[in-house]
Amino acid sequence: MKVKVLSRNPDDYVRETKHDIQRVPRNYDPSLHPFEVSREYTRALNATKLERVFAKPFLASLDGHRDGVNCLAKHPRSLSTLLSGSCDGEVKVWNLTKHECVRTLQAHEGFVRGMVVRYCGSSFFTIGDDKTIKHWKMEAPGYGEEEEPLNTILGKAVFTGLDHHQKSAVFATCGHQVDIWDEQRSTPIRSFTWGVDSFSSVRFNPVETELLGSCASDRSIVLYDMRESTPLKKVIMTMRTNTISWNPMEAYYFTCANEDYNLYTYDMRYLENPVKVHVDHVSAVLDVDYSPTGREFVSASFDKTIRIFPKDSASSREVYHTKRMQHVICVKWSADSKYILSGSDEMNIRLWKANAAEKLGVLSPREKQAIHYSQKLKEKFQHHPQIKRIARHRHLPKVIHHQRKELRVMKEARRRKEMNVRKHSKPGSVPVVSEKEKHVVSVVK
Amino acid sequence: MAKVSKKNSHKKKLMVSCGDPAISEGDQQLLYEDEEEEQGGMDRAEEETMSSEEDEGEDERKRQKLLEGIRSLGGKRKKALGERSEAAGQMSEFSVNPDGGPGKVQLSDLIGSLEKTPAVPAKSKKQLKNLQRSKKTIESPLSKQETERIQRDMAFQKAASEVSRWDGVITQNQRAEQLLFPLNRDPAGPRPVERLVVGWKARTPLEQEIFALLSANKQPLIDPILTPAEEASVKAMSLEEAKIRRAELQKARALQSYYEAKARRERKIKSKKYHKVQNKAKRKEFLKHFEEMVQMDPAVALQELNKMELARMQERMTLKHQNSSKWAKSKAIMAKYDEEARKAMQQQLEMNKELTQRLITPLNDDDDEEEEKEEAAADEADMLPDFVNDAVDGRDASNPWMKGKLSAEPAQQQLSDALTEAAQASVSEEEECQAGETEEEALLGEFNSRRKLHQAQESDAAGGVLPEEVTEDRAAAVESEASDSDDSCLLESPSISRGRENVLKETKATDHSERSALLEERLMRIRTVEDLELLPHEPSDEPSQPPTTKAPPSEEKHLGKRKKKGIELKEVLTKETKLIKVPFTPTVTDSEDPEAKIDQRGLIKEAFAGDDVISDFLKDKRRKEDEGKSKVIDLTLPGWGDWGGVGLKPPKRKRRRFRVKSAPPPPRKDQHLPSVIISEKRNTSVSLHQVHSLPFPFENHAQFESCIRSPLGRAWNTERTVKKVTKPRVVTQLGAIIDPMAEEELLKNNKKVVASS
Repeated sequence: MKVKVLSRNPDDYVRETKHDIQRVPRNYDPSLHPFEVSREYTRALNATKLERVFAKPFLASLDGHRDGVNCLAKHPRSLSTLLSGSCDGEVKVWNLTKHECVRTLQAHEGFVRGMVVRYCGSSFFTIGDDKTIKHWKMEAPGYGEEEEPLNTILGKAVFTGLDHHQKSAVFATCGHQVDIWDEQRSTPIRSFTWGVDSFSSVRFNPVETELLGSCASDRSIVLYDMRESTPLKKVIMTMRTNTISWNPMEAYYFTCANEDYNLYTYDMRYLENPVKVHVDHVSAVLDVDYSPTGREFVSASFDKTIRIFPKDSASSREVYHTKRMQHVICVKWSADSKYILSGSDEMNIRLWKANAAEKLGVLSPREKQAIHYSQKLKEKFQHHPQIKRIARHRHLPKVIHHQRKELRVMKEARRRKEMNVRKHSKPGSVPVVSEKEKHVVSVVK
Repeated sequence: MAKVSKKNSHKKKLMVSCGDPAISEGDQQLLYEDEEEEQGGMDRAEEETMSSEEDEGEDERKRQKLLEGIRSLGGKRKKALGERSEAAGQMSEFSVNPDGGPGKVQLSDLIGSLEKTPAVPAKSKKQLKNLQRSKKTIESPLSKQETERIQRDMAFQKAASEVSRWDGVITQNQRAEQLLFPLNRDPAGPRPVERLVVGWKARTPLEQEIFALLSANKQPLIDPILTPAEEASVKAMSLEEAKIRRAELQKARALQSYYEAKARRERKIKSKKYHKVQNKAKRKEFLKHFEEMVQMDPAVALQELNKMELARMQERMTLKHQNSSKWAKSKAIMAKYDEEARKAMQQQLEMNKELTQRLITPLNDDDDEEEEKEEAAADEADMLPDFVNDAVDGRDASNPWMKGKLSAEPAQQQLSDALTEAAQASVSEEEECQAGETEEEALLGEFNSRRKLHQAQESDAAGGVLPEEVTEDRAAAVESEASDSDDSCLLESPSISRGRENVLKETKATDHSERSALLEERLMRIRTVEDLELLPHEPSDEPSQPPTTKAPPSEEKHLGKRKKKGIELKEVLTKETKLIKVPFTPTVTDSEDPEAKIDQRGLIKEAFAGDDVISDFLKDKRRKEDEGKSKVIDLTLPGWGDWGGVGLKPPKRKRRRFRVKSAPPPPRKDQHLPSVIISEKRNTSVSLHQVHSLPFPFENHAQFESCIRSPLGRAWNTERTVKKVTKPRVVTQLGAIIDPMAEEELLKNNKKVVASS
């Protein structure tokens, strides 16, 4: 009788050194791994559930201002530095890693309307209700020295918006006109007017650095080229635009935050109608900022929420709110695309994660792989109702929830009415106007 | 005068600074300094003018002085304000006086002077005269609004076209499988050791010697790096060149195959006579050329000599022409009578003599032929000049230090460097061919050299036309490129509109899917996993998508069908599960016993002998069929319209009347399939988990199902596949600042496009 015994060659499974990876003999025969779809479905479901469980976006609140935070500014060279200006004219410089204020200065009398850090990060500019533009050093003054601006420019009217050029020593302000300033001069090197009496915000295009966009109180968005003597084009919308933000990766797209609760993404070459209408807020949108990757943007609203929109999606992927957060006036996306900063009426600056369930810090390779895998699974099964239901669920405060409902009813009623009118009038006399076309009044050349 | 010119220059500077907003700080500084200087200069200038007025009259001066004295008496002295005066009017003899002077300058005055000057061409004189004669008024300029509008429009067009150059980058990024941020990352992958290890130095004398040698010869110090010459050649090889090279290679290969085929054909010819003739011809040809060869190419001649020697030796070894073969013997018998046979034998002997005769060669006189034969190759090597050896010796496959060609003397090499570098572009290919180890390259080199020879001949004939042609070609290429770019410029405006159309299309396509919100916002908070289960299943409070105003009727018709159909979970979720046939391999086998070789089936049969699976299944099926069959429903109510009670039955008439037979159900799907039970009931519990409508990017059900069916995990895929499949869309670096896109991306993209086209 012959006895067969299992025998293995140790070369097949023994590592040469302990630093080698363990060898895992595998058999990919599909019959040995049955029910692949159902197993992956379960994994996707679990991953979705865990994502919702671990979704804790709120990281910290920075308090110290004695009035509402009116503007924020990112530091272009340091991730841990944030500047904030409040409604009482105070500017604070924050260290985000330590969650503490490192410097406070009384910059203006009245509101700090705008603030921007120079591209090199060595100094910053502020504008305020006292009709001044001030240029400050980034370093705090030494012991015994007084806090003094490097330079002060007294303007003729109140400035409401400020932005700095991406590469050269030029900045732009807006008030009753849009001015381009050279840092060395006390008078603007160029002024643009186009029959409007006040502008609310001006932004440089970060890619095509000579282009600017501004929004005015006559419900218009005006585009400029710094090299030209005249503005380029103007689009008038049904309601006023509060801010605009250019996409930092796609030169000709910008998004504007409108009073009519929506955001609009435009292609600057075709202003006739927006590329996308982003709905979801239930009150005026006050600020918008693009992620540095250019794939998403965050918006702050008067309805006390922050929402994150994919750049080509009509509805938001995320909504952030806390009980104590009041009207959010300004919002910024951090330069490493991981965090969101919001300044609100109730004197606090809040630090959020851009991806609510993301694990922060250094990940081991296996962790990374697992995260990527579960991410793909979630994507793959995202259309299945059970997974969709969990992934989409967000808690909303009662007020906002009811407002949303109300808005929905109103919208439906309007739609129904329009439909009825169309039904009872001569065919073709009441044309169908798409949502995009509704909000643009005219384009002025 | 000096003052004026200074002033003018200052003005110019001001103009420049106004014109250029982005003037540098240094310039600014200079400007300010200049201004100060100007102030000083002005004072000085004023003094100068005072002195110049001195000549005009003493009286004037005295009067002034007096006046000043009087003024100063009046208490407070007024501080004289520095004031700018336009002195140009007094000084200039060219510019028009601001005060008017003699009066306005008329065109006719100028023309009058024109006629006197001979230098002005007659044509312009005529033009001026015509101008004077014409009475037409010039059109009034456009209104300010209008001009501004035109300006704006122009500026916008310019800006739009400028921005449109990003189209390529943007679309590419939208389509990219993976985006890495920040954009200007260091390239991944291993870096050469020399960049990592900086502090290492050659210490031992051997190392130093080797390094000296290597550096003198410009050889790479580390194995995989190319020599500067090789790098240059790699860089020099453009796409076009590569194409040409490839074509040549193809041609060479084809020709080679033809030759091979021909040779094979010839070899197959059995006729001895043919071969004899061939050989003889070859020999003759060879002998003819041998004399020349000795003078021209002694090395090759030597080789040939050696070959002949070898043939001789082989001849001596064999008994081929010794007249000892069968044929020779038969001939020997005939030789007595036959002249011809004798001749043949003679020939044979002569041949033998000829072949065995030793040639007068400078080979060493070694009598031992066998030894000679062995050493033939070595001797050959000895006899060859040094440079022939070099190529072989210089290359040692096992020794990476000795890759490439080494010359005997580095100094010489250095001298020749200049020459080689100059001629590198042209020669590099040849060098490669010589050093190249592959057959192809050798072949190609041969071709190349042949072509060059041919070209040289041609150029000789045409008197150096060739280089011109080359340059012409290049110029043509450049031109074509330029025209291409022109074309692209011209095409830009339509491309804009096209881009817009695309965008519109895209948005239209995506619009539909994104109408439905991404989020479902409720008042409930989720704190635990259990909460997730409690979420309502149907998005009840979300109003469904508003129905389109005029849904096409056909769609409505289909709607019902579609609802029924949906996407079956069976189709979507489960692949047909395969039976796993795991053989029960006994660990102990009794090979001696032949009866134990009962096959698996038999074994199983034996084990489950009692169970009649098939009949059970059939019963099951029949039961299912019976369940589905129409039943007779008895609706009779005992006691209705009649007496009722214990033992009383409703009358037969009524019973018949109130019996209802339901309509027969449609035929079962499995009625012709004996071994299958198909349940046609809709399982509502499953429908909760099913996808009810086709999601956006998919075009048909099959596509979606196949996407769902292909697993991603590492149980089903190899490690590499998993990595590839689960690659995240966007990768960002922890703690790295992502700067906005810079102009360099545009250049990179352009390069990519050029490379791909």
